[in-house]
This record gives sequence, C-alpha cells and structure tokens, in this order.
Amino acid sequence: MAHRIWRWFADHWVLALGLLVLLYLFLPIGVVVAMSFREAGRNAPYTLQNYKFTLDHWRHPCGAAEICGTFGTSIVIALLATTGATILGTMMAFALARSRFRGRGATNLLVFLPMATPEIVMGSSLLALFVAGGVPLGFWTIVIAHVMFCLSFVVVTVKARLAGLDPRLQEAAMDLYANEAQTFLRVTLPLVAPGIVAAALLSFSLSFDDFIVTNFNSGSTVTFPMYVWGASQRGIPPQINVIGTFMFLISFGIVLIGQVAQIRRKRRASTPLSVLTIGVTEPTPAPTPVMEKS
Amino acid sequence: MSALGHLAGGGPVAEAAPLKRRKTLPYLLLLPGLLWLTFFFVIPAVQLFATSLYDPSGSLETGYAMTWQFSNYSDAIGEYAGHFLRSLGYALLTTAFSLLLGYPLAYAIALKGGRFKNILLICVIAPFFTSFLIRTLAWKVILSDGGPVVSVLNWLHVPLPDGRLLATAPAVVAGLVYNFLPFMVLPLYASLEKLDPRLLEAASDLYARPVSRFTRVALPLSMPGVVAGTLLTFIPAAGDYINAQLLGTTRQYMIGNVIQSKFLRIGDYPSAAALSFVLMAGILVLVTVYVRRAGTEEVL
Repeated sequence: MAHRIWRWFADHWVLALGLLVLLYLFLPIGVVVAMSFREAGRNAPYTLQNYKFTLDHWRHPCGAAEICGTFGTSIVIALLATTGATILGTMMAFALARSRFRGRGATNLLVFLPMATPEIVMGSSLLALFVAGGVPLGFWTIVIAHVMFCLSFVVVTVKARLAGLDPRLQEAAMDLYANEAQTFLRVTLPLVAPGIVAAALLSFSLSFDDFIVTNFNSGSTVTFPMYVWGASQRGIPPQINVIGTFMFLISFGIVLIGQVAQIRRKRRASTPLSVLTIGVTEPTPAPTPVMEKS
Repeated sequence: MSALGHLAGGGPVAEAAPLKRRKTLPYLLLLPGLLWLTFFFVIPAVQLFATSLYDPSGSLETGYAMTWQFSNYSDAIGEYAGHFLRSLGYALLTTAFSLLLGYPLAYAIALKGGRFKNILLICVIAPFFTSFLIRTLAWKVILSDGGPVVSVLNWLHVPLPDGRLLATAPAVVAGLVYNFLPFMVLPLYASLEKLDPRLLEAASDLYARPVSRFTRVALPLSMPGVVAGTLLTFIPAAGDYINAQLLGTTRQYMIGNVIQSKFLRIGDYPSAAALSFVLMAGILVLVTVYVRRAGTEEVL
C-alpha cells in the first residue's frame, strides 16, 4: 500500500515538475504580452511597476521609427534564405540518405560542423572572408550567411524523415509498375513533404531570429533583431512587444493548424495505406484480390 | 537502406545507363550544397585562421601583413584567460541547470504526456516563436530591481549582493538557461520517447526501487539524448554574449563579448580572430573528449 502511494506520488511529482518548467518557459512571453499593453513614454523605465493598461501600441504598431521597415527586411531575408537552404538541403538529404558513395562520412561531418560551431565563430569568420575579399557587407551577405547556417538543419531534418520512411511503400509502387519518376513524385515526395515543410519552418525561424551572425555581416542593413538590439541600448519602444506578441500568436496559430491538419489527414489516410502495406507484407500468393479491393 | 538495395540492385536485369546515372546522381545532388558550405563555411574558417596570424599593428584601412604572428595567440590567451574561464564556467552551469530542469520536463512529456504529447511539445518550442532578444529583454524586466523575483526573494529574506539580481552572474546564467533549455529538452524527449515503458514496469516487477529504476534503466537508455542535449546547450552557451551584455555588466562579460567588440567596435581583427579560433578549438577538444567518455558516437 505504502509502495503504491509512493509510486502515485512519484509519477505525478514528475508531471507537476515538468509543468512548472513549462511555466518557466512561458514566463517571459507573459511579460512580453503585458508590456505590449503598458502605457509608457519612451523614457519611462522598462519595468512592470506602475502598470497602466493601454491599447495605443496595438493601434499603432509601426509608431516607432524604422520598426516596421526592419521587420519587412527580416521577412524578405528569411524567405530568401529559407528557399535557398531548403532546396540545397533537401537535395543533400536525398543523396545522403539514399545512396552509399565515397565521401559520405566526410559530407556528413561537413554538414554537422556548422551546427557544432558557435555562432560568433561562424559570423566572425565570414566577416574575415568578406573583408579579405573586398565584398561590400549588406543585404546579400546576410542572405549568404543565413543560407549557410540553415542548410545543416534542413539536411538533418529531411534526412531524419527519409530514414523513417517505410521502404516497402516505394517497393510497392515499383511493383505496381510505377517508373522511377512516378514513384518519386507520387509516393516518395508526398511522404517526405512534412519533413521538408518542417525544415523550411525551422529555417525561417532561425533566419528571422538570428542576431549574432547577422550582426557581423550586415554592414548598414538593419534587420529586426538588430533593431531590437539597438533599441535595448537606447530605450525600448513598447511597439517591440506588440510585434513580439504578434509573431508569437501567428506562429503558434500556424503550428496548431498544422497539427490539426496532420491528425485529420492521418485519420482519412489510414484505410488505403493499410491496404497497401498489408498487400506488401503478406507473402500470400494472391496479389489480385488486393488490387481488386483497392 | 533496404529500399536502396531494392531500387538500385535490380540485379542483372538493370541496364547499364541508369546504373551509371545512379552513381553520379548523389554527387550532382550534393554539389550545390557542398559548394555553399565550402565557400561560406570552410574557406571562411581558413581565412579566420590566416587573419589570426596577421601582423596586429595593421588596420582595416592600411591593410594587414601576413607575418605568421603566433604571438597573437599567446597574447590573446594571456590577456583574456579570465574571460575564457568565465565562459567555460557559465556554460557548464547553464548545461547543468538545463539538464536538471529539462530532464523532468522531457520525461513528463514523453512518458506521462499521453494524448497531449504533441501539444506539450509545441509548448516547449513556443517561446522560440518570438525573437530571443525580446525574450531576453523580458528577463531583464523579470529580474529588475523591485521586479517580481527580487520582491519575492526580499520577502523570503534571501540575501542578495547589493540587494539586486540584475547585473549579477546568477542573472546571466538564468538568462542562458532560459534561452537554451529547449535545445536540451528536444533531444532528451526524442530519446525518452523511444523508451519502452514496459522496461520500467519490468524493473518495478523485479523489485527495483523508483530511484534505481531511474538510475539503472531510464537514465542509461536516454544517454544519447543526454549527450546530444548537453552538447546543443553547452556549445551555444559558451559562445554567447547577448545574455552577458543585457543581463550582466562588464564584470560578467564572456569571451563572446570580447570577440564581438574587438571585431565590430575596436577593429582589432588579428587578435579577435585568434580568440575566435581558440574558442572553437577549445570547444572541439572538450566535445571530443566528452563524446568519447560518454561512449556514444551517434550524436545526431
């Protein structure tokens, strides 16, 4: 009996502790939301004391100079970097996951290294290169740098998805007389798509939020994180918190919708897919009834 | 890989032409990405190393002369040993606290999450959805003088140096832990998720106490996650300078602050490059030793 009580306690103790840690993760988000509704002049101290509620900052999110311009710059850079990194990274992931070739280990290492390098080293070494090569710093050097550090994350994400694929699905497609291109376009690609989408979302957020590497290679271009950094030295306009809250809500919404869509798709797709796999795994000499069924 | 065997190994039936294409195809797929990494990761690293050996008396305007100035390294290490040690200490503390906080969270989600697993996991990444600079500024509000944490600590009569929390080492470490905790939780979750709960039941059936059930079954099986998580936390924490600058003072500055200001404010490239290189080499050595010790080669 005592043992059972102890076990019950132990189980829920872990869960409670986990939820407390989650609360800790959300604490600053709460502060960001609260600060976005706080009535404050530019020179008021940036604290929660003497809190007065206002909707002003939400009515004029672009009220602070440059804030929306830099936000736009960051979005454009993130879109370009995501496109580049997703295309290059997906191609690499396919090669690495599905072929054995000479130099595969070395390539894996080269992909892993940027993830194991502190951002400050990556940023400063790119700066050293651009300065030595006389390349003017600005918009495009930021894009180049972002594609570089997003690339590895795309490769790892898509590769993981490819490794988790059931090879029998492609074998089944080939057995059913699909040629290579058809198998790729109609079976492999749709199955890998969630991995590619996840990789693209990850790239976008990595690029959009990057400060350290960008700071080294930006020249006179100002991205949103750089604007926030500059503001933290001078005085923080409350609109920053409006944009922070807005970003949080939008991304949370996107991820939740994706989650719901995934659950729905799974429910709908479960029947035909299971028919297919049963047809492949069962070694019974009766392929025709399976085909008739579908 | 069996898919590949099936696709590529059409046996003697497969014709020569597609086989040849299959041999060159992976290289063609890899080429653009590899070129990008070579030009913008490998060559810059070489350039950084070269820069670290330039004559430090040059400047950006007059240009630098390559004099194989190895003394840049000894000068840099001699002058900034304290910053290196502080970075190492902060990063180790950050990793330890992240593990202490992250393990229960990952364990709770993976083994007690049930239907809510995915939603809880989204909540772990959710703080990433706003800019980390904005979140760090929010920490500044939370830890500020007269802010909520200081008030609670005062009420509990916990003595604080100068009565404040902001601009102290604990504030910097708290910010680092907060910023890098998800990097710890995600790999831990990935390896705990694979843990078969029946193994834990079996341990209990064999009269293992909860503590030894954890130390002898759950923990060893989640070691790959622990190794990956500690690396993903330690590496960025060691090179960070944002938290030290926003939540600390010059007395809490880490090596990242020195590198950053030497590159971007002072313009002392050779010495900054030497510091960058020492940081990277130090991290590589520590990581290699650690991964060997932990006995897991498969980190990611």
